Amino acid sequence: MARFSACCLLVGLALKKCQFKLLMGEKNIAEAELQGDWLIGNVVPDIESVKQQLQQQNCTQLSLNSEQLGRWDSRLVLFLCELERYCHNNNIALNMTGLPTAAQGLLKQASAFPVRESGNKEKQESSFVARLGLATLLFYSESQKMLSFVGDVCLSALRLLRGKACFRQRDLWLIMQECGPGALAIVTLISLLVGLILAFVGAMQLKIFGAQIYVANLVGLGMAREMGAMMTAIIMAGRTGAAFASQLGSMQVNEEIDALETLGISPIDFLVLPRMLALIIMLPLLCLYADFMGILGGLMVGVSLLDLSVVEYLIQTKSALDLNDFLTGLIKSSVFGVLVALSGCLSGMQCGRSSSSVGDAATAAVVAGIVSIVVADAILTVVYQIIDF
Amino acid sequence: MKDVHIAVNDLTMAYDDFVIQQQLNFKIHKGDIFIVMGGNGCGKSTLLRHLLGLKKPAKGEIYYQDANLWAISEVERKKIMRSNGVMYQSGALWSSLTLAENIALPLKEYTDLSDHEIQGLAYFKLALVGLVGFEEYYPSEISGGMKKRAGLARALALDPEILFFDEPSAGLDPVSAKLLDDLILSIQASLGATIVVVTHDLPSLFAIGTDAIFLDSMSKTLIAQGAPNDLLKNSSNPIVQQFLSRGINE
Repeated sequence: MARFSACCLLVGLALKKCQFKLLMGEKNIAEAELQGDWLIGNVVPDIESVKQQLQQQNCTQLSLNSEQLGRWDSRLVLFLCELERYCHNNNIALNMTGLPTAAQGLLKQASAFPVRESGNKEKQESSFVARLGLATLLFYSESQKMLSFVGDVCLSALRLLRGKACFRQRDLWLIMQECGPGALAIVTLISLLVGLILAFVGAMQLKIFGAQIYVANLVGLGMAREMGAMMTAIIMAGRTGAAFASQLGSMQVNEEIDALETLGISPIDFLVLPRMLALIIMLPLLCLYADFMGILGGLMVGVSLLDLSVVEYLIQTKSALDLNDFLTGLIKSSVFGVLVALSGCLSGMQCGRSSSSVGDAATAAVVAGIVSIVVADAILTVVYQIIDF
Repeated sequence: MKDVHIAVNDLTMAYDDFVIQQQLNFKIHKGDIFIVMGGNGCGKSTLLRHLLGLKKPAKGEIYYQDANLWAISEVERKKIMRSNGVMYQSGALWSSLTLAENIALPLKEYTDLSDHEIQGLAYFKLALVGLVGFEEYYPSEISGGMKKRAGLARALALDPEILFFDEPSAGLDPVSAKLLDDLILSIQASLGATIVVVTHDLPSLFAIGTDAIFLDSMSKTLIAQGAPNDLLKNSSNPIVQQFLSRGINE
């Protein structure tokens, strides 16, 4: 029927006007005549005006008649559904035996399934205070989950130290390869450019005083103490943190984590621990590599724009930096490694059971990773200042 | 009278405030093939997660023989959980491991067997479910039906006392579903294990079930209990009749 009506619309057959003619009989008994083509795409009588008519006439019984009904589709059924509901609510006896049997069948089918109480989730408009309260409760329960996850990871790390944690060494090597050497290309590019940018910014200022040579100090210190660790950590949050979250998330969806638990294998030991270890080992190494790449970037600017010789630049860099500077960066990057791995694994393990929640988990992992990196960096920098490290 | 293997007392299952099923009382006897049936969304799989100890009941107790699953220590509970074999709906094979490694993992963890023996056992379990020659394949490289069978092989890895099946025949063609049913029957006969099957596949539940409960999503509790064939003959409940006869007797 629907296809038929669609065809009619396409070939442009004229649609007969829909009409709902109400004829009042005796003792508030009404009869209604349905006329014309009741099709989607045709204009049908307004249900509200029909309701008003029925109310004005104080009608108690209504029978429908369809002798002059033309073509019809869901539009008619929808109209009748609303009419039926209105009649039911206002104690009007509705007689539909005059309708086409197919329409009666559809109506019956639509009302066969009772409305489930909790099925239609209503959107509740709540006040600011209520929303604030709900948000606080949510924050509380989220922090609780996070803390218990961190606790689980600590216990698991203890088991590792006692040699009781169960995970496959091959997994560890694979993850290490993926998050270490696998990230070299992008780390090279980004840190080279960051070194370049630092050198440019510094060169503009230092040239005024004729102190171009100190670009080497600026780039060296900047990379070793700050940018090397920070940039690699942010790259890894976007690359590996998201990967961890989506791997663990899809394992959650696929019930693989349930399968581990029912076999009594701790998913924290088996899945989270190797990922944490891999990132904590590889991130400082990447950071060191990024430091040198950044210095190389600075060197390129120094040699090409500031008329410094390569040897001059390198000697200046060497005199500006001591091992402590590298050490501060490396300590930072180990901390960042823990944070990136934690946020990635946490979002993955808390992932829901649908494929869209895997995407949410990956997003949450990256956001939480980057925010915690920057916050931790600020704290560590202040601490270094205080203890004069 | 057969021994009771699992007893469920006044169990209420809920996600936060949303109650899924309440006042569930039933017993699963040793050596039975126990069917949990009901329409979509009535909480069959959720009941399975409760029985497995993956989800804590909102109210009520679950007893494994004499042990109350949520009153004993975590170590004890883990031990009980480990004696259950589970075949998940999608197989839930660990995707980074080959089929043989999937089966070997629990064996490595809980037995003192040598690597060679473990490999032998893993190959043997795969042979039991008809997957000879696929031992070194990864789960993504095999078909859905094979994944289910591999999932069964893993469930059998530790020779469990109870085997749980979550919709074993979902997504299988009728012949493969029949083969899986036969496999379940032969395993039951040879191992004498208790088997719990969550399903709504009629041919399969009539073929293998020796006891069953019927969960209803409207009244939110179980409305019939007994062997599926008896329920079809004797149950007076219209919902159960409609379900078991696909609405033909209406």
